[in-house]
Amino acid sequence: MSEDSNKDIFTIGIGGAAGEGVKKVGINIGKLLCDMGFEIYLSIDYPSLIRGGHNFVRLSFSKNKIWNDYAKLDILVCLNEETKEIHKGEMKENAEVISGLALPEIIERIKNILKKRNFELNREKNESELINGNIAFAKGLEAAGLDFYIAYPMTPSTSILHYLASKQTKEGLKVIQPENEIAVINMALGMAYAGKRVAVGSATGGFALMQEAFSFSGMAELPLVVAVVQRQAPATGVPTRSSQSDLRFIIHAGHGEFPRIVIAPGDPEESFKAGAEALNLAWKFKVPVIVLLDKILSEHLMTSSIDSGFISVERNESIIFPGTPEKVVKVTSYEHDENGITVDKAEDVKRMVEKRFAKSANIEEEMKNREAVKIYGNTDGGDVVVFFGSTKGSVLEAAKYFNKSVKLVQVVWLEPFDTERVKRELEGKRVICIEGNHNGQLASLIREKTGIEITEKILRYDSTSFDSIELAEQINQKFS
Amino acid sequence: MELNLATKSKITWCPGCPNSQILVSFRQVVTELVQNGLLKIENMAAFAGIGCHGKISDYINVNSFTSLHGRMIPAMTGAKCANPSLTVVGFSGDGDSYDEGLEHLIHAAKRNSDINLFVHDNRVFALTTGQFNALSPKGFKSKSTPFGSIEEPFNSLFLMLSAGATFVARTYAGDMAGTKKIMQAAITHKGFSYVDIIQPCITFFDTRDYFKDKVYWIGEDFPTNDLKVAMEKISENAEDLPAQAGKVPLGIFYKVDKPTFEEELYK
Repeated sequence: MSEDSNKDIFTIGIGGAAGEGVKKVGINIGKLLCDMGFEIYLSIDYPSLIRGGHNFVRLSFSKNKIWNDYAKLDILVCLNEETKEIHKGEMKENAEVISGLALPEIIERIKNILKKRNFELNREKNESELINGNIAFAKGLEAAGLDFYIAYPMTPSTSILHYLASKQTKEGLKVIQPENEIAVINMALGMAYAGKRVAVGSATGGFALMQEAFSFSGMAELPLVVAVVQRQAPATGVPTRSSQSDLRFIIHAGHGEFPRIVIAPGDPEESFKAGAEALNLAWKFKVPVIVLLDKILSEHLMTSSIDSGFISVERNESIIFPGTPEKVVKVTSYEHDENGITVDKAEDVKRMVEKRFAKSANIEEEMKNREAVKIYGNTDGGDVVVFFGSTKGSVLEAAKYFNKSVKLVQVVWLEPFDTERVKRELEGKRVICIEGNHNGQLASLIREKTGIEITEKILRYDSTSFDSIELAEQINQKFS
Repeated sequence: MELNLATKSKITWCPGCPNSQILVSFRQVVTELVQNGLLKIENMAAFAGIGCHGKISDYINVNSFTSLHGRMIPAMTGAKCANPSLTVVGFSGDGDSYDEGLEHLIHAAKRNSDINLFVHDNRVFALTTGQFNALSPKGFKSKSTPFGSIEEPFNSLFLMLSAGATFVARTYAGDMAGTKKIMQAAITHKGFSYVDIIQPCITFFDTRDYFKDKVYWIGEDFPTNDLKVAMEKISENAEDLPAQAGKVPLGIFYKVDKPTFEEELYK
């Protein structure tokens, strides 16, 4: 097995110095191919600087759904001399190099090469659009009636801020960038108190700054959506690279115990759905809802079908806001009674903890009606691969090269956790857990919830994405 | 119409604490604003931080939001943006706004958010049983600075003028008539209103005698539209307490009209 042998897939790499428009050229080529009806996966790799440094866009496309990009190039587009040198080892045998051309000529050359190789599609432009997880998530929020988005810029979450800022209207959506992440989340809580549907977003480092107020949203039962985009950590880490190392932090975020929902979409379509779902669920249950993304999901583009027509704006008529005649609305970070007055008597404290946790059963019931766990591949298979988040793409693409049929299990809801379902899918099977972290956090969560210990893990913690060909080889070997 | 602004909560401030005077002043201001048709009671949203001052939200029967320590100001701006018809007032402490949440104070003044901030200024951390804070004088002995604080305090009014607050005033909690007047002027001012309320902590830093003799009201004819004059006036003294014997001016030092953050947001 080798990707050279997969004639259905074509890969173009575009390289150049930061500031030379590599991303722009890449996305324009992507749009061209999307208009031609291809399915596309486009990855973007860049260092954390404004100029200089090497930027690289790689896009693989096919007439069939494609979930990841490939290492071996059919065409290399060089926007500078260095690119040829850096990527010379990644070329297929008959690969072509385009260099020294401007965008319109590059496009023409690519069209000619595809024609020459009979890699063309004779179909109408499909309904899909080329979109990344961040923008899809933001569109989901919009579709579910977002009033305010509040954020402080932090890679790789910033494109949500940029996109929504561009969508502001006089009477509708408003976007605010306050002084820091602590201001962001506290401002959002003030908005929720006054009755507005609000979301905040950051990378996990920024969300780390929000912990106290995240806990406040749990205490005061203020509806809040938080987009958390993982990047390679700890600390400042590798800002422009990916990671799935914040699962444990996210599901336990905020001090104290309170119900929350954590949804981890795996592709742009799921991100769109998660954005809308998160806003509706936050208001339905008066809980904070986190949508956990990562750099790969946030920035890599995929042909996706995003349809706002299926999204409803679900409001909660039972919540009252300041400004309501004859009503006094009191909210506090202290433990409080039903009227919002501070309490500290043991029986009151216990009653209020139980009041908040009474929602958990309803949230779990709701989870059963949602896609909390998704299954792909051979649903009866004796061998199982389990994963979450953007690893979905790498795994689903790898599945094209599996030697035998394997069941693919994606955990979408991390909190609450669909213990019953995951147990049913994994019990008695050979299982491999695939994650973008060092400690196998999903595997440990599965063990905690189901008692099933997964000994076979494929973990990647070098800040880059799984190569699907490599992954397929590893999985085939483990299941041989 | 008779307004019932009290709640069933038992007041747990130290007997004689000037916080009670601030509470009564505020209730009277709200009552008058409502009676004069300047405010619908349901549109009053009173915020509080964490500290002794923060208990006030349990003692006033109006909409309230008791935030985290130091984090009240962005929540106030959030509420005002969400519903500009709300009258947003916030009770904060010197620890709350000058230590923990200083960045929010500066930025709220900078963006001229149409909110009203009343800082209970006792120059000590009281609820945590007495430590120095940002406004404690140098040499102040407290549980965390047993040999005396080695830091100089800053002048919060000066800071607010520099940051762009469009209403800067100071009052003395013991002077309830004066406090009411300032609160009312702050609430009716459009834009960020900052009021420093000198509120001696009778348990951990009793400055009542000190301030009783030092405070004085600036005249009615004080020009409130001149930043330089305001800066000079509020630099007169106050922060060199208790070593020197300057006077502590009270009153509205600065009041100008500028577009508010919320107006700009919906423009």
